[in-house]
Parts: sequence; structure tokens; C-alpha cells
Amino acid sequence: MTEKKMKRGFKESRFAVFWNRLKRNRNAMIGLYVFLLLVVLIIIVPIVSPYDYAKYDIMSISQKPSLKHPFGTDDLGRDLLTRCFYGGRYSLSISLAAVLFSTSVGTVIGAITGFFGGKIDAVIMRMLDVIQAIPSTLLTIIISAALGVGIDKTIIAISVGSIPGTVRLLRGSVMRTREEQYLEAAEAIGCSTTRRIWKYVVPNSWSPLIVSSTMGVARTILQLAALSYIGLGVQPPTPEWGAMLSGARGYLRDYPHMLIFPGLFIAISVLCLNMFGDGLRDALDPKLKD
Amino acid sequence: MTLLEIKNLKKYFPGSRGVVHAVDDVTMSINEGETMGVVGESGCGKSTLGRTVIHLQPATDGNVIFEGKDITNPTKQEMKELRQKMQIIFQDPYSSLNPRMTVGDTIREPLLLNGRCTKETVDDECERLMDLVGIALRLKDSYPHELDGGRRQRVGIARALALNPKFIVCDEPVSAMDVSIQAQILNLLMDLQESQNLAYMFITHNMAVVRHISKNISVMYLGQLVETSPTDELFETPLHPYTQALLSAIPTTDILHPKKRIVLKGEITSPIDPEPGCRFADRCMYATEACRQPQKLEELLPGHFVSCCRAKELNHL
Repeated sequence: MTEKKMKRGFKESRFAVFWNRLKRNRNAMIGLYVFLLLVVLIIIVPIVSPYDYAKYDIMSISQKPSLKHPFGTDDLGRDLLTRCFYGGRYSLSISLAAVLFSTSVGTVIGAITGFFGGKIDAVIMRMLDVIQAIPSTLLTIIISAALGVGIDKTIIAISVGSIPGTVRLLRGSVMRTREEQYLEAAEAIGCSTTRRIWKYVVPNSWSPLIVSSTMGVARTILQLAALSYIGLGVQPPTPEWGAMLSGARGYLRDYPHMLIFPGLFIAISVLCLNMFGDGLRDALDPKLKD
Repeated sequence: MTLLEIKNLKKYFPGSRGVVHAVDDVTMSINEGETMGVVGESGCGKSTLGRTVIHLQPATDGNVIFEGKDITNPTKQEMKELRQKMQIIFQDPYSSLNPRMTVGDTIREPLLLNGRCTKETVDDECERLMDLVGIALRLKDSYPHELDGGRRQRVGIARALALNPKFIVCDEPVSAMDVSIQAQILNLLMDLQESQNLAYMFITHNMAVVRHISKNISVMYLGQLVETSPTDELFETPLHPYTQALLSAIPTTDILHPKKRIVLKGEITSPIDPEPGCRFADRCMYATEACRQPQKLEELLPGHFVSCCRAKELNHL
């Protein structure tokens, strides 16, 4: 019994050490918990809300915040509270999907270029330089204009711009890991190249990538908001934070609450993710040992 | 019986400032179940020699013959078989283990990769190996960062032994450890040699260690083999001027018969595009014009080879 317990203790220790370090970082934990709360609310609120996010209500156009509508209503009489939380579903899931996409593509390319180096590396990196030479917002707009509207297309448009950064980050640490002796040992025991990359190199190289991806979600939320603001992202009547800001920009003087609330949601989620990402970086850095 | 023969092995690294001659024309042979010590100062190509022999790097020129078969340019299938017969133990047990794999995973990896065990039998074999090298079974699920240097090196040895090899390159396996652990690991290696009939190429710069473990010793200087001989004979009658200087640098506790230290002057010559002839000539007090010509490895005493054109006259043979 004790033997078994001890075994499990050893098995978990690596994650446990990391979690303990993260737990001691108050900012990171606040960020994590607030963000998780936000996610839970985004799931629950639209379900329990008595209002529909898309249904017009001419009797209650542009109301200031009240008990009935805590965040007020927009220019078509829709409840802003419901719309803010419902819109979060789009904002967060599109951002997460975009980061997931760019991270996985970036991981594959970065691992290959970093591991093999030489000509493959030079060719791929020059191609990525071309992408990076275009301002990222402009690139996103170009791609999204070319592909047309739609959630899947928006995800691709947003993620392409961040692939080169991901590749560079992973490539750098892969090149460092490549020199480690355990790779030579792996070769000596007959490990195939593919296995060496995925089992030995990548797991030992991706901690900076984890941090940057966490922060990347925050960056992507902003990018998505910007894209929707100029009308290329999520289309009405679907509420998305950026699109809501865009729709309300004409009422800034008279009904500022229409902008303040969606803006607040963007700010809070970005702040939380950045705080969490900062803590994650400290916890994953082996040199900052307690 | 000769297990491994190295013939005129060369390993050059092309660089931007010229070609580095890391291993230049090395010839030696290693018998089954015996240890060949390879000594020399830092950067003399000892490690490169070891890596080239077991084909972690392709040789530039020359031949490696293992069990009577030329393995200099193996096919994929031959390579697969070779990997199981030749292994390597590294100097730094901190960087030679994957930090994300447990002790058990590390030892199981070669067994599963080479199809020596099935998923059912692999655990038993892993435990047998851990027992063989003296790691407590309870450490099976530990990660390398939870172990000390000696235990990690034992894991490295278990990984090398997993494939039941005949020949192991030990690349300074004890130089990263303190003396008491060094002794433990050396004893382990010698016990294993006896029980598994292993041949070692033992690379080190520690003369005491190499004397203790090796049957024969090869001395390298700047990529070249300068002398190779049975251990006792090398320590008693070194024939090459460099070996003499190297041995004179070993501290002695015998105050009644203090050794005369030969102090070498000058810097090591560059291994980048070197001049032909003896690499040691620039620092050798006996150097003549003949030393600038390419040197031949000559058998001056039985089993005692020297690559020096003046060794015969200098040692009155």
C-alpha cells in the first residue's frame, strides 16, 4: 500500500513541483481563476438568461443599465448582458482554435527546421520571413478578405500571421536541445529520427512555446476584435466582443455603456491570460528554483 | 580473439577556417572481453574516435572491422544489428538521460525499439537490468532529476546493457563523479565485463583510472595515435616522448624517489589543416627534420607500437 503510494508520488512529482510553484504566484492564480470563472459564466449565462441574444425588442431600445437589463440594451433593444456572455463563446473559442492551429502547425515546422537545420531550415525560414515582412494586421485582413467570411476562415486568417513567431520560438529551443547527449544515446539504441524528434526533442523544447501560446490567446482575442471591428470577422447578428464594439461605435457619446461592457470583457480576459502566462513562464523556468 | 579492428581511421570536420583533423589515421585493435584505454589531453580526438567507431558519426576514411566484418559503411539492416552489439556510455550522466523519461522508460526504450521484449515481458527484463547495475527497484518511476550522479550513470549503463552488446565505448564515464562514486562505477563496469564478456573502449584523461581498468592503452595526441601498448609496459617503459611527458606529470607520493617532471613548452598546434608529420614535433625536445615526414606506427616491442621515427634510438632498442 505504502509502496504503491510512493510510486504514484514519484510519478506525479514533476507536475506537482510545477503546480506548487505556480500556486505560490498570486497573480497567476488570480488570472487563472478569474478566467475560469469567465468561461463558466459564458457557458451558463446565455442558457439561464430570459433574453434571446438576437431577438429585437423595439420597446426597450438603447436603455441605460437597470435592474431588468444590468448592462443595458443596444440600439435594437437586445439585452447586452446576454450578448456579452454569448459573444464570449465566439471570441474565446475562435481565439483558442486559432492559437491551437498556429501552435500545432508551428510546432511541426519548428521541430523539423530546428532538428535538421541546413538547407531545409534556410528555405523554410526565408519563406516565413516573407510572411513576417507583411504587417500582421494587414496580412490578416488580406487573408480574411480573400477567403471570405465564416468562422473557419476567420480562424485561419488570424492564425497564419502568428505561425512564423511560433516556428522561430520552437526552432531556437530545438536547436539547443538537439545538442544534448541523450539524443546521441537515443541514436545509439536505435531510435528512429521521427521518434527522436517527438519523444526526445519536442517535449524538452516546448516550455517557452506553452507560455507564448497562453499569452497568444490574449493577443488573438484582440486581433479578432480588431477584425470584427472592421467588419471582416464574425458577422451580425452573432455577438462577438469586437463586433459589438464595432456596432456600438456610433453611440459612443449618448450610450457609452454599449461600448464599455464588451470592452471590459476583452480587457478582463486579456489581462487574466497575460497574468497567468507570466506565472506560467516563471513556474516553467527551472533556473528560478524557489 | 580480435573483436574490433580500427584501420587508418580518419574523421575530418570541414569548417569555415579549414578542415579540422579530429581523428587522423588511427589504427588499433580490441580483443573480446578486454579493455582498451584511450588517453590523451582535452581535444585530442578521443571522444570523436569513440563516436566514429560506433557510427554515431560517419568516418571520413579508413575502416572499422567488427567481428571480421567491415562496418565502415553499413546498410540500414546492418546498422540495426550493429546498434545492438555496440553501445556507448557517456561522460555526463546529467545530460545523457532524457529528463522527461522515468528510469523505467529509459531502460525499456531500447528493449522495445529493437524488439527484444514484448510489452508483457519488458517489465521483468527492465527489473533484471536494474538489479544487474544496482539501482533499487523503487526508483523505477523516478525521473533523472531526482537521482544523484552515480545512480544516473547506473541508469545509463543499464540502457547500454539492455541490448546485450559485445562492445561498449565508455566516454569518460567517471570523470563527472566524486572519487567514492568513481570507484563504485568502475567496479560495476569491471564486474559486468567479467560476467557479460564485454569489450570496452575506455576513454579518459585520468591515468590512475585507465591503469586500473585497461589491459591495453592507446595514447593520442591531436588526433594521432602516438603509442599503443599493454598497460604495465606503457607505464614502465613509455617509448614515445609525448607518453613520457604525460606519465611524468602524474603526481607521486614516493618522496624518496621523486620523479623528474618533463615540462612541455609551447602550445598545442592547431588541428585545422595541420602540417604533415608528427603533430608533437613542435613541442618535442628530440624533434629533427625527419619528424616532419609522415610517421609510421612501428612495433618496437611485442605488442608495443610507437609512432615516432626516433623512438628506437632514443630508447636504445
